[in-house]
Order: sequence, then C-alpha cells, then structure tokens
Amino acid sequence: MSAETQLALDCPLPIADHPQILLAHGGGGRLMHQLIERVIGPAFANPNFDTRHDGAQLILGGARLAFSTDSYVVQPLFFPGGDIGTLAVNGTVNDLAMCGARPCYLSAGFILEEGLPVETLWRVVQSMRRAADAAGVQFVTGDTKVVDRGKGDGIFINTAGIGVIQHPGKVGPAQVQVDDVLLLSGDLGRHGIAIMAEREGLAFESTIVSDCAPLADLALGLLDAGVAVHCMRDLTRGGLASALVEIAEAAGVEIALDERSIPVYEEVHGACEILGLDPLHVANEGRFVSFVAPADAERALALLRAHPLGAGAAVIGHVEARGYPLVTLRSQIGATRIVAMLSGEQLPRIC
Amino acid sequence: MKYIDEYRNAADAHRYARAIARSVTRPWTIMEVCGGQTHAIVKFGIDELLPPEITLVHGPGCPVCVTAVEQIDRAVAIAALPEVIFCSFGDMLRVPGTGRDLLAVKAAGGDVRVVYSPLDALSIARSHPERQVVFFAVGFETTAPANAMAVFQAHAQGLANFSVLVAHVLVPPAMEAILSAPDNCVQGFLAAGHVCTVMGYSEYEPLAQRYRVPIVVTGFEPLDILQGVLMCVQQLEQGRATVENPYSRAVCRAGNPHAQALVAEVFEVVTRQWRGIGAIPSSGLGLRAPYDAYDAAARFGLLGYTAAESSECISGQVLRGIRKPHECPMFGTRCTPELPLGAPMVSSEGACAAYYRYRRAAPTALRVGDKEHER
Repeated sequence: MSAETQLALDCPLPIADHPQILLAHGGGGRLMHQLIERVIGPAFANPNFDTRHDGAQLILGGARLAFSTDSYVVQPLFFPGGDIGTLAVNGTVNDLAMCGARPCYLSAGFILEEGLPVETLWRVVQSMRRAADAAGVQFVTGDTKVVDRGKGDGIFINTAGIGVIQHPGKVGPAQVQVDDVLLLSGDLGRHGIAIMAEREGLAFESTIVSDCAPLADLALGLLDAGVAVHCMRDLTRGGLASALVEIAEAAGVEIALDERSIPVYEEVHGACEILGLDPLHVANEGRFVSFVAPADAERALALLRAHPLGAGAAVIGHVEARGYPLVTLRSQIGATRIVAMLSGEQLPRIC
Repeated sequence: MKYIDEYRNAADAHRYARAIARSVTRPWTIMEVCGGQTHAIVKFGIDELLPPEITLVHGPGCPVCVTAVEQIDRAVAIAALPEVIFCSFGDMLRVPGTGRDLLAVKAAGGDVRVVYSPLDALSIARSHPERQVVFFAVGFETTAPANAMAVFQAHAQGLANFSVLVAHVLVPPAMEAILSAPDNCVQGFLAAGHVCTVMGYSEYEPLAQRYRVPIVVTGFEPLDILQGVLMCVQQLEQGRATVENPYSRAVCRAGNPHAQALVAEVFEVVTRQWRGIGAIPSSGLGLRAPYDAYDAAARFGLLGYTAAESSECISGQVLRGIRKPHECPMFGTRCTPELPLGAPMVSSEGACAAYYRYRRAAPTALRVGDKEHER
C-alpha cells in the first residue's frame, strides 16, 4: 500500500460527516477548528508550528521574530470604513501585534479574476499603501496571478508579515493566569454588521462603519509601559466568543464575563436583535482582548483609553479558575450561561 | 437600547421572580410555545430565577424544528436541479434531510440563496426569467402574511417562473394535540406573542375553556416572560383558566385583519405532517386555487413523496415538552450543531440548540460557578 492511500484511509474527518468543504469550514467557528486540528495541523506538526495562536514566534539568528499570514476574500470589496486592501494590511499587522511583535515587513499576493477593472485594483492597492503607511510597515515582495472569469471573486489577497519581538516576556494562551483581568479594546461587532448590511442590502437608519484598524500601537503600548500582559488576541471571524473559547481551551482555564460590561453600539445591537445574531459572535477587524495581571489592570485600561483606537476600552471579565475549559457569562438579569464558539456560519433567523 | 433594555432590567426581573415565589404553593408545569421564548429563557437564565415549584417545558413553536423531514427532502431535490434558484431563510439550510441538507446541495454546486424576505425571492424571479425560482415558505402564522403576499404578487404579475414549497404550520392545533395527548404534562401556556400579533388571541379562548388551561399571551424579553409566568401561576393557583394578554404593546384581541385576509385569500387550512409528532389535522396552510399553480411540490412532481424520520432523534418528545434536550442520550455527543440528528439542534429557535449553546457545561463546573458568581 502506498503512503498516499494510507494517508487517505486515515483522514481524521470521517467522510460521512462532511465529504466536501462547506462555507462553514471558513467561518471561524467549530468546523474550521476541526479542519485545522485534524487535517492541516497534524500534517505540518513541528516544534514551531502553533495552530492555536495568530502567528508563529521564532528565534532566527539571535533575533526573536513573529511570522503570520492571512488571506482575504471579502465581498463586497469596498464597504463603509474600509476595503479588502485595508483588511489585508491590518489583519496581518494585528496578528503580528498579538504575538507582542512590532510589525515590519509584509508580502502581498494577488489572485485577480479575468475582467476585473484595473481601476478597482488601483483603488485597492492605493488603500493598501495608505494602511501600510499608517501601520508603519513596508511591502517588500509580492506576486500576482490571474484566473479565468468565474473562477475567482474579483480580487483575493494574501498577505504575510514579519515582526520583531522586543519584549522579554512571552505572550500567549500558555501564559494566562487565574485572576487575570480581561480588557476589551472597544465596542463589538461593527465590522461584521457593516459587511452584512452592505452585502445583503440591509438599510439601517445610520450607516454602520467597520472598526477595521491597525492595533500594533495600542497593543505594544501596553507592553512598552511594562504592563504584565499574558495573552492578547484580535477578534476576527467568530467574534469575541470564539476567541475566548479558543484561549480557554488552549490555556485550560474558565473565563467569566459580565454581559453588562461588554460595549456594543446601539446600532449594532439593534441590527443583531433584528437578525437574531449574538454580538459576541459577530466579526471585528480592529478590536483585541488582553489578559492582564490584576495589579496592572487599572493602568492598562487607562493606557488603552488614552489611545484614539482604544477610547471605548472596558474590563469585561476575569479568569475564574484553572481546569475545565469554559467561558461563562453573567447575563443582563444576573443569571449565568455558557458562551459557545460560533457553530458553522451565522445564519439569520426566520422570525 | 430603547424598548429593549427596559425589558431586561435586572432589578425588575428579580422583583417578578419574588412575586412568582410568593404566589406559588405547589408544583406547576408551564409550556412556552415559541422557540424564540425558549432561547430567551435559556440565554438570559430566566428559569434560574424561578422557584423550584415551577417547571418550564419547551414547546413546538420553532418552524424549522417542526418541518417534516420529507419536506426537507423535497427542498433538497428541487434545489439540486440545475434550472432552479432555491431561496430560503438562512435557518433552514443546515436542517438534515434523509440524505443531506441544503448547505451540502450548495457545496455540490446547487444555486441555494439565503433571503431575508420572500419578496427578495420574487425580485430574483423577475431578474432571472430563464430560471425557476423557488422559495421555501416555512413558518407559523407570523411568516404566513409575507409569504402569502409573495404568491399574491407573483400571480398578479404573471411570474410563471416563481413557485413556493409550502411548509406552513399553525399554533392552536399543535397546542390542542399536546393537551389531548394521554401523556400531557402541560398545565399552562405562554402563547407565542409574535403569532398573536397577526392572529390575535380569540382563537385560544375555546382551548382555555375546553381543557381548563390558562393561556397568557407572552413576549420575548426577560420581563415579558417573567410577567407571563406570574400571570399563569396566579391563574393556576386561583383555579382560573382564561386567556390573558399582558403583551398588549404588540397584540390586540383581533390581531391584524389585513394580514389575516391576505392569508385567507392565498392559503387554505390543510392537514400537515410535523417532524417527530406526525400528521395533525387542520394544522397547516396549503395554497388554494388559483394560487396552487405556484406550488413547487406539484410543479416538480414531488407531491406523493414521503420519508420516515430518524429513529434516534427524540425531537417529538422535546417538541411536546415531555423530555428536555439534555435528557436525550445523543445530546452533545452524536448530535451537535455541526452534525445534527434533528432540526431542534440546528435552528436558532430550537430547544436543543439553545441548551447546547448556553447550558452545555462541564458536568459540575457551571452549577458551582453559578453559586460563586452570586457572591
């Protein structure tokens, strides 16, 4: 029996479950994690490969580096508050920052669909340059491919980035401690609702603008000030809920949240109520959560709030115990429930 | 948020809970009919505030959950046809049929689209005259008017490429089926507020009389539900059985006559198959002539199709309030939202999904956690 057939027989996702890739496999929730943990992760396993963090932290020629990559397939390409270009820069910049690294260099890979107006590409590239300038990073290499009409969705972009880690402490789920305080850098859900409103033609009284932003200054500001930051995670697909469940599982801790302290704009709250979505599951592109030692929590909150991108920062919970991985939430009326990772895609309800 | 936060006020919620505790002298079992209420109860932890005498059981009011598996199979068969654009509310896409679900049809190349209104499906039909556009018309009395409007407009505009796969169900016959079952345990109902905005509540009055059961028209916020429970308990304790309407900010006794007239114009009452429960006479809506020309099941030759339910799924017992989701041996093991055995694990209104999302905890951690959080 060849090695290849053996591998096929050992496919860890039973064929009967999901023989084909579903959109839900890309939703940032439970199915995506199964795919990474069971199919992709084992194939690539090595001491530097970490499926549970936003980027790899490497030592290379004496330098401590962070390395991360992300692909961007958003529709519509342009939306209130940004476009696929700003996402492609900020997303990778933020992944590096969450490793405690100062982002330095990016690569850009474009997959363009035949028939795309060059004007559209030009607008995207211009906003990538502006976003790179704002984040203090440079594009240093790239690649362009064109696929047949109908084989792509206008533009797909991949960016990879390298950053340098200047602070001595490690930042990641393994460093999370009991009693750590959870700080959220601002209100939840604006990116996801802005995209959904644009894509589905939903009109709200006021335009909801994406929160897309580079977080490196804000996140590294905490480390520069000597705050004992144990873990950071930017909130993307799957929202706050999926990020915290991931960290709880990786760190083996119970996280307790207080619903009343979690900031959500009224417009976003209203849209979620109408569509039957939970703001805790809605995507963000300019928000992160940090786990901070209790003694430093007040100072960290003040530092976040002093920055324009962190003006809406809040303490939203704490690490309750070590042991069974769990995220709980004290509801508005004072009862407790668990918080689950997003399961599959977010589907608007019937009535 | 205005008109929402007022109904989620913690101090008021606890005041209601205390009033319920003062009113109750013995055990009572109350069913909330609507899946939206079930989710609010589990999400906000409303049942945790209630005295131990009160048991809330979860009713059949989740349109996704009660749609029979054969109807899902019909949808899957139609959606897989190359000439069809199949439009559905998002909730229906993950409901398992006998073979696969609509998301799998989409992954295999079927043109399956999520819409927010049946009128969106109508405009897709107008802009794709060369394709057959089919809308999956599911839901209770709440969604029936908009779905009736879509068929009414299609007829008025002569849109021959539009049709609907109708799986409409009605609330009062389901409540009667629960009450008349020999193993019924329900002593009072929180009626579904949204359904009553359309239908009013006079049709519940004969039920309350015949079965000596209090029925309280109830909304979906924590204070609405607590108020509904309080009024239901007061009736039970006083030996009364009437229909009361504390949800008067949305519901009046007559309901919405315009919506009712449109529904009556397009639909007629038919016997309907319910998932896990079986056929209930006069419990559904089907298209009446001349609108039956827009019936997708007839158009695609699927009227005679039948299919058996999965024997592993106890959704019938869950939907009738006989068992709770976590009492199912498959709950959270063989049956999860990623790989559901039955619809109640899928829908945003399904009782099993609510328990999975908000209650599936470490065997003891959440209970212990509760007490610690109370400090």
